[in-house]
Formats: sequence, structure tokens, C-alpha cells
Amino acid sequence: MAGIVSYGGYIPRYRLNRMLIVQNMAWYFPVIMAVAQGEKAVANWDEDAVSMAVAAAYDCMSGKDRKKLDGVYLASTTLPFDDRLNAGVIAAALNIPEAGAMNADFASCLKSCTTAAVSALDAINAEKANNVLVVASDQRRTKMATMLEMFYGDGAAALLFGKDNVIAEFKGSYSVSCDFVDHYRGSGKEFDYTWEERWMRDEGYGKIIPQAIAGFLKKTGMAITDFAKVIYPCYFTGTHRDIAKKLGIDPSRVQDNMHAICGDTGTAHPFVMLAAALEDAKPGDKLLVASFGQGCDVLAFEVTDKIKSFKGPKGIKASLANKVDLNNYQKFTKFRDLIVADLGIRGEATINTSLTTLWRHRKMIFGLVGGKCKKCGTPHFPPSIICVNPDCGAVNEFEDYEFVGKQGKILMFTGDMLAASVDPPAVYGLVGFDGGGRTLLDFTDCDLNQVKVGMQVKLSFRKRCTDKTRGFTGYFWKAIPQIEGGK
Amino acid sequence: MASGIRDKVAILGMGCSKFGERWNDGPEALMVEAFQECIADAGIDKKQIQAAWLATCFDEVGVGKSALPASMTLRLSNIAVTRVENFCASGTEAFRGAVYAVASGAYDIALAIGVEKLKDIGYGGLPEFGSTMGLLNSLWFANMTAPGGFAMLASGYAAKYGLDMQLVKKAMAHVSVKSHANGVLNPKAHLRKAVTEEQVLAAPMIAYPLGLFDCCGVSDGSACAIVTTPEIAKSLGKKNIISVKALQLSLSNGTEIAYDWDGAHFVTTSKASTEAYKEAGIKDPRKEISMMEVHDCFSITELVTMEDLHISERGKAPEDILNGFYDRDGKVPCQVDGGLKCFGHPIGASGLRMLYEMYLQLQGKAGDRQIKNPRFGLTHNLGGFPMMNVCSIAIVGNYGD
Repeated sequence: MAGIVSYGGYIPRYRLNRMLIVQNMAWYFPVIMAVAQGEKAVANWDEDAVSMAVAAAYDCMSGKDRKKLDGVYLASTTLPFDDRLNAGVIAAALNIPEAGAMNADFASCLKSCTTAAVSALDAINAEKANNVLVVASDQRRTKMATMLEMFYGDGAAALLFGKDNVIAEFKGSYSVSCDFVDHYRGSGKEFDYTWEERWMRDEGYGKIIPQAIAGFLKKTGMAITDFAKVIYPCYFTGTHRDIAKKLGIDPSRVQDNMHAICGDTGTAHPFVMLAAALEDAKPGDKLLVASFGQGCDVLAFEVTDKIKSFKGPKGIKASLANKVDLNNYQKFTKFRDLIVADLGIRGEATINTSLTTLWRHRKMIFGLVGGKCKKCGTPHFPPSIICVNPDCGAVNEFEDYEFVGKQGKILMFTGDMLAASVDPPAVYGLVGFDGGGRTLLDFTDCDLNQVKVGMQVKLSFRKRCTDKTRGFTGYFWKAIPQIEGGK
Repeated sequence: MASGIRDKVAILGMGCSKFGERWNDGPEALMVEAFQECIADAGIDKKQIQAAWLATCFDEVGVGKSALPASMTLRLSNIAVTRVENFCASGTEAFRGAVYAVASGAYDIALAIGVEKLKDIGYGGLPEFGSTMGLLNSLWFANMTAPGGFAMLASGYAAKYGLDMQLVKKAMAHVSVKSHANGVLNPKAHLRKAVTEEQVLAAPMIAYPLGLFDCCGVSDGSACAIVTTPEIAKSLGKKNIISVKALQLSLSNGTEIAYDWDGAHFVTTSKASTEAYKEAGIKDPRKEISMMEVHDCFSITELVTMEDLHISERGKAPEDILNGFYDRDGKVPCQVDGGLKCFGHPIGASGLRMLYEMYLQLQGKAGDRQIKNPRFGLTHNLGGFPMMNVCSIAIVGNYGD
């Protein structure tokens, strides 16, 4: 029986306390005070929907064989490319085989995550695929002093679907599709445009989600009381509660909408909430998950015994726990390019990414794949042709060697105020890997004052360049110093 | 068996422009300024120059590509002119080309000229490399600047020897204080103002732990040399002939950045200096080297270089520096002319500018900066970054010594 084999999540490290937005912007639009509870997750300046999706995908695939994936589906409304498969970047970052894989983007709608999930399950049930990874991610830009700025958070989550070692069996789905428009983002526009809140709440979330869930129950003959957790997004907390009341769901069985701890992560949100629910689930629990956007998809899962021995991913809770308060509203607005702060003349140079070079080195750049000398065993990054070990010097004797997941240690570093950076100083250094190999990497998610020689690092896929002239986004890996353990 | 370069080539003449923010002069004017002094000093006619080498690094913002800018600006006689670029070793590379050409017997008289016009870009520091760093490098290399690249060395050095960064900062500060004191005495230097240790330590951070005064100036300038055989120099009536004792170059092969390295020394400098002493017949550099001009692009570079030149023991450079060993009145005066710190670093010119000071000192023409009876003068350049670099070393002295 097909179902969920693994889940993973990624909530970016920065949290913005909503009262900070109020303190800065309530003079302009006081209504934001009404929803100023808690904090929202905020992507760092070098993150976007694709980079966060890679983090969630790696979390989901930890302990699993990435080579066995038949495809990667990516769901998002904030993809960096309109024409270029964004899921292909994630597949390359995961270093999965190219031959035999079918990757796809599911876009343009907040419920595309569940649509992608149903498509993956259909493919598996039709025996056209064995393992499909579905990743949902969003990083939506909002105007300053708006309700959306208060509601939206950034994040990603991933689900691995397959037939072996299923931790939650798929029990069926039902969809309602209608051209209900509560908000939209026209092609080429930066921000969402919304209709009035009452329309969104009462005719949107408040009607369509109950209609779809009722339809699902009617189709399957299940009862709402069968479900240990019912999971559906709705950032209007009152409406979220009213939907449960309407459907007769016990409040204890409603999955929290996470407004106060991370905000609504858009296309990712049904997956983020489902991943959080799976972290608490027991064998036999039935989970009902619904999405919202031009209709609603409803999917049911039943948790299996395998959940007891399931381990590997860090999931949503650990990601939520790894947080730092972004106690500077201006910094947030600069990260989102909402204010014009001079990057300096050094920041003016934009390099036209060589697509031929990128293709030739795609494993190195996206997958952080180096080479291991077959003669002396020395790992290399970047991959070489002649072995760097002076006692070896083998020529063309290399096999692929993945650096992602290897423990690294800071050998030397600096914080550079001269380098053009959205978040100065630019911190970077030489990192040596356990088992061999070393290279120079930019650091991210760190405070220079806490970085030390000898400190461990983790690797993270990040946005490297945004070429506004040509509309190209480039990616590479950065090192995140692990603040504990430095000497 | 190669016999090395010692005493095979003599310096016939040298010239050096005033270094600084030469807002009103282009690279052509700078070259002519250095060349006119040089040719007058050599006492020959321009037509006697048979081959030339031009060093310039950032051709994109300076003279443009090829050696034509030197040939055309100086109106050379349709001779062979070659442009060389090897990061900060470029100037010494031009010198090496001219010296080897004469030593080979292919030419009697050759010219080496270096120039860089850095102050035409509108900002401080060196120009951004942009896509000129190589298309693949531009896809992954760290967002690194020159000060940041070298600043990392301070963290590696402090960690290796278990030193408090404050102590390293203090020793680095002395490096800069000493060079500024020397620069005051040099009319051709860009920065001619003494600074105190307190000023250096209080300066704004550029790249941790390097502050503003840990970084060399950014200037325009040109320097050049005309070389020939000692015999021709003699026949032209030259007395007190200054000859080349050693000329070495060493480049990283990727070991430091990709394999194994302590992050606290320059592999290349260590090797090039060892070879240079052998070539020059120097046994104990701490006793025999009379003076040096080393690549103090950043104070930490100079500090660490003292160990790789095998003059300070490993881990002991801060002590020697703080004891005044490298001051103008110390045992081995370093940066007697003010160094890159006060001259700035017009890349193509720097190596030749360093040789110019050694040349003046050996002839007793260094004015207020004159060192008593110098024998061997060493110059050193370090281009690139600590983890991947080009190092050049030259040693000059009196012919026959």
C-alpha cells in the first residue's frame, strides 16, 4: 500500500517578532496590531523557495537512498524561474540520477502541494514510479505594514512517497476545484493582491474547506471522528477554529495553524503542519490533511507501526527550535529588498552565469560532489584531474564523492566589511572535512563574534547570486558554523 | 647542472615614479616618468634597449591588454616587448624576463617596466575581479576580497600558536607603525605620515582582525629597470655594479586550499626563500640579509613572511617585530622605503619599486633612509591569497660580493 515513507521540514532560523513590525509600522496601518501574536519565520537573505526546499528535501531523505528516487515534485508559488524546471535544481542538489527520473514543478496555487502529493501517489499506485519526493516551499514577499506581512512566514516541508516502509498509509483523497479568487499575484508582479478579508474568510476558507472535507467523508464513508488529527491551513485563527466547529472536530484534534510560531508558509503549509503532526503521531492514528487554493484537496493517511522505529529527519519541531530573533525590522526589509540601501560600488558587478560551464560542473555546483582518488583515497573539492596528494599524483583516477553530510571544521576565517554583502560582514573561511578534503566556503546563519577556529560546520544550499539584469538566480553551498564546540 | 643567476646580470639603471593618487596622470605618464629617470641613470640611448617586459595586472582598468601600451608609450624601437601578469609578482616577473634574457645571451640590454593605475575605478581597494576570476570560479568561490583573504591568515596563525588575537593585533600594529615611520622619510611614497600604535589599534575594522591601518595604501605608480651583463656595465663606465644574486618564483599547486596546510604560513615563500639563499650563497639569512622590502599588502602578511623567509623562527615573528628587529635601526630593517603600506600597491609596479629601494641603498643613495653598508637586499612579492598564491623573491648585492 502506498503512503508516506518519510517526512522532513525546514523552517529558516530567523524569527521576526510581530510586535517589532507593529512598533515600526503600526503608525502607518494600526490594524496589524490585531494579529501581532508571536513570531514568524523569516528566510535569510540568501534563501528562497528553492534553497529552503533543498533543506527540507535533505532532511526528508536522511537515512534514505536518494539514488532510488524516480522523481522530485516541487510545489511553490514563489519559484525563481518561470521557464526552467525548478524541481530540476533540487534534484541536482540531491545528486539523484538523471536518467529515468521525471521531475516536475507544481505551481501557481497554494494547494499545489497536495495536488503534487496525489499525483505522486497515483504514479506509485499505477506502478509507474516507486519513490517520489514531493517538496513544498514558499518565500512570499509582502509589502510593509500589511496584514500579509503579519500572516506570512517562510518555510518548506517534504514528503517521500513509496510502498516500502510506509509510516502513514494513503487512505484516499477528494478534491474540489473552483476558480475562487481570494488573492492573486499577476504574472511579473512582486506582491499578492487580496480582496477584502471577509470574502477570504467567510466565502473562502470558511466554506470551501468544510465543503471538500464533507465531500471526502461522503465519498469514503469515513467519519470526522475517525481522525486523530485534522490538518488544514487558515491564518485567520478565528476562522480556523470555526471550520472545526462546523465540521464537528474536537478542538484537541485540530492541528495548530502555527500562526504564533512561524506564520503561514503558503504552499508549504499543509505539508509543514502534516510533518508536525507526524512527529506526534502514534500507530493507528488517522490523519486528514486539506489544502486551500482555487478549491481544496483532502487526503487521508493512517499511521503504521513503522512510525515507532522511524528516525532520521529532524523535522519541523527541531527546525522551529533552531531559531534566532531577527531583532531589526530594517534588516528584514533589506533582506526582502523592500528598502534601497546602497550595496556599494563593489556590488555593481553582475556576472553573466556561463550556462555551458554550469552544465559541465552541475554535480560540483549543485550537488557539492567532489572526487575521491581511487589510488590514495584523498577526497577533493573541487573535483580534480590530477590528485593533489603530492605523494600520489594519479591522473584521471577519480570517483564521485559527496561532501554534503560530511562533518567539517573551520580552519581559518574572517568577517569582511569590504566585500559587497546584504548582511555585512561577509563571513567566510577555509573548511576541512573529516575524512579528508578542504575548501573555501562562504558562511551563513552565523554571528561573526561567535565564530572560532576549530568550530564544526554544517553545509547548506543557498542562493549565491541574483542577476537582476538577466533574471538568473545562482546557487551554491555555504557553511553554517555550529556555535557549540568551537575552541 | 644549472648554475643559477648569481652575478650574471647587472642593473644598469632604475627609475621610479612618485607613487600616490595621481588623479591627473594616466598610466602612460607614469611609465614615462619612471622610464626617463631609469634611462638617464643607465646612461644609454633608448635605441640600445633590445627587448622589454611590461608588467601590469588589472589591464581591464589600466593600460589594456598586450605589451603595446609600453612599446607605443615609450616609443621603443620596434623591439620584442612582452606583457607579463602573475598577480602581485607581476613586477618581479617583468624583471625576471629581462634578467633571464640577458643571462641567456639573447640580448645585451633589456628593460623591465611595471605600471598600474588603480585610482581610476571610483572606489578604495583593488578592482573587483568579477568574471575575470574565471567562469567556473565565479560560480562557487567565496565572496572574498584581498583584505579578507589575508585576514583569515591571522585567525589561522593565532590558533596554531595559541596566541591571543590581541597580541597578534599588537604585533601587526607595530608592523604598520614602523613602515609609516619609514615612509615619512621617502619623497616618493604616497603616505608620508607617522602613526601611533593606538591609532592603528583604534582604526575601523576592514576584515576581522585587520583594521584600516593593517591594510596597505592603494596608489598609482610605475617603476622600471634596465639590465645588462656586468661586463657591458663595466664597459659603459659603471662603478659599484649592483648585480642580481637570486631570482626565485614559487606557486601554489592546490595543496594548501585542497589538501593539507596549517593555515599559518606561506608554503611558497618558504620554498622560494630557501632556493634564493642557495642561489645567492647565503647561509644564515638572519645574519646576512642587510635589508628587505617584503610584500606587506597587509600587516599579517609581513608578520608571517618573516618566518617563511627563515629570519624569525616559527611562532616567533610577533616577538621579533615587537622587539624592533625589523625597524629601520633594527638588525634586519624591513620596508625601509615605507613598503606597500606607504607606497600603496600599483600591482605591476610594486616588485620593481622594491628593487629600486635596494638599488638606491646599495649605492648609498637612499638619503635620510640610508642604511650603513648594506650587502644583500631582499625583495619579496606574494600575489593571490594565502591558500593559493604566487611568490617571487629577488636578492641583489654588489657584483662579486
